[in-house]
Amino acid sequence: MDLNAWTRVSETEWRVPRAGRMRVPAVLFATADLVAEMDDKVYTQMVNVAALPGIVGASYAMPDAHWGYGFPIGGVAAFDAAHGGVVSAGGVGFDISCGVRTLLTGLKAGALDGPVKRLLADALAAHIPAGVGSTGRIHLTDGEMDAMLAGGAAWAVERGYGTPADLERIEERGRAAGAVPANVSARARRRQRDEMGTLGSGNHYIEVQRVAAVHDAAAAAAFGLAADELVVSIHCGSRGLGHQIGTEFLARMAGAAAAYGIELPDRELACAPIDSPDGQGYLGAMRAAVNCALANRQIVTHLAREVFAEVLPQARLELLYDVSHNTCKVERHGVEGAMRELHVHRKGATRAFGPGHPDLPPALRPIGQPVLIGGSMGTGSYILAGAGGDGERAFASACHGAGRRMSRHQALRQWKGREVVDELAARGILVRSPSWRGVAEEAPGAYKDVGAVVGAAERAGLARKVAWLEPLITVKG
Amino acid sequence: MAEGRWEHFPHGADVGVRGHGPTRAAAFEQAALALTAAVCDPGSVLSEEAVEIDCEAADEELLLAAWLNAVVYEMAVRRMLFGRFAVAIDGLRLHGRAWGEPVDLGRHRPAVEVKGATLTELRVAQGPGGWLAQCVIDV
Repeated sequence: MDLNAWTRVSETEWRVPRAGRMRVPAVLFATADLVAEMDDKVYTQMVNVAALPGIVGASYAMPDAHWGYGFPIGGVAAFDAAHGGVVSAGGVGFDISCGVRTLLTGLKAGALDGPVKRLLADALAAHIPAGVGSTGRIHLTDGEMDAMLAGGAAWAVERGYGTPADLERIEERGRAAGAVPANVSARARRRQRDEMGTLGSGNHYIEVQRVAAVHDAAAAAAFGLAADELVVSIHCGSRGLGHQIGTEFLARMAGAAAAYGIELPDRELACAPIDSPDGQGYLGAMRAAVNCALANRQIVTHLAREVFAEVLPQARLELLYDVSHNTCKVERHGVEGAMRELHVHRKGATRAFGPGHPDLPPALRPIGQPVLIGGSMGTGSYILAGAGGDGERAFASACHGAGRRMSRHQALRQWKGREVVDELAARGILVRSPSWRGVAEEAPGAYKDVGAVVGAAERAGLARKVAWLEPLITVKG
Repeated sequence: MAEGRWEHFPHGADVGVRGHGPTRAAAFEQAALALTAAVCDPGSVLSEEAVEIDCEAADEELLLAAWLNAVVYEMAVRRMLFGRFAVAIDGLRLHGRAWGEPVDLGRHRPAVEVKGATLTELRVAQGPGGWLAQCVIDV
């Protein structure tokens, strides 16, 4: 991206002043190297979002920003319903509440020495449904579907998938309030009926990782992280139900915007006023999809625990935290000295509440929210802590991953899946996937340097580094 | 049927699908083949079963998104892949038929599931060389 289009505010903050149709400025948090790597479309999309009705503060983007659908991926935008603010299906995305959770094993990495590592990799791949066409072991009736859509992870725990302690470590305590199952179409329900407890495909995974470095000893201790210990991370979302809701409301909002007098710079910005039938209809369905994603990750967690109980029974597998990346949440934030209730869209961005935030569980409150950043199969992942405080930035948000450096098409031309798997195996990373092509498309080299992204997030004051995790086992869809 | 050609175009995180054909319907058929090609080689999919698909939309670009999303839906709920398509368009109503078979992990080696067709780079247009139909799909 052309750096000349931006005004540099600091080493990690770039700004486009309000001009033309923009109602607020655009603010991008990244180093010059990361900005240079970004597609020009990130600029266009941030400026377009800045023109939407009721936007508050700025149209923000995180250091891992890339070209999305209307909103950039890595985009954060907050809207005030009292000032004509909108909700956008494109600002949340297709995989509603796609997110990451990390579980603590309490075991040192040495527990995987010998044949047990291969046994564990094979057992996780065999036990957790993943990839195209896979189905789960749970098949929901209409009544159970409604209960799941209203109850989220709390529904899953009530059905025996996990413990009440898990719920304390999930955003909104495992259940998005305000879900309206009746707003979820028959087609969305049909797509989900056989997909509970499935991982999906693409960049979704379950990984066994080693805490390779601790950057903040006090925060790591509060999070239960110790150097050289094993953790398990799960990345997946709301599966077919969320995809279908995104599909349906994107089309509906594209048609509705004009009726509400909203002039869209591009119709992929499809949106509706928060306080309109279309806006409320979407929010009710989207929150049901959030609950679907939370229930899904809870069930996948249960499946992982079943595998560990067989292969490594001494592992604890306590939930550290669960974050969602694609959401619109109602939150209170200070804006120009006043607290306002805002609808905060995070598309490929993580909520990152800082120390003292009342929504955090007591054990984490002094430190700040764990922010779980997925990297690639080869470069590892990071755990950060929300910065927050008086200097809260981008409505307490941070990055969500490394971000792709090249398209899937380019990756396929550059790598062969088998070679990627062999190369990673030589480095001690076991990969299990039903698709060589899928592995090639997700090759580590197809992603940006997650360390550079996280470093930029830290220097920008979005979150601070707590620990770096290196993968030992990766199960892909 | 299936007259024309398809291609993928780059998108940062996902895949652009583009169909070319002598008619709008042919371009829609080719765009659906490009969608299948994001998952597996369309040539590897046997035409064992035909699925009827009907959709309509407010304009021809939204009709393309509706058509591709209807194909995605049938792929998802039937656990099938489709390797051949026939489309007839009457105004802003589409009747399509998709031929395919259940996913065979060993033979198809599917790379990724498609979440949906987006409105990004959505375009249906007629040029000197025929019709073009394209958008980005989320995978």
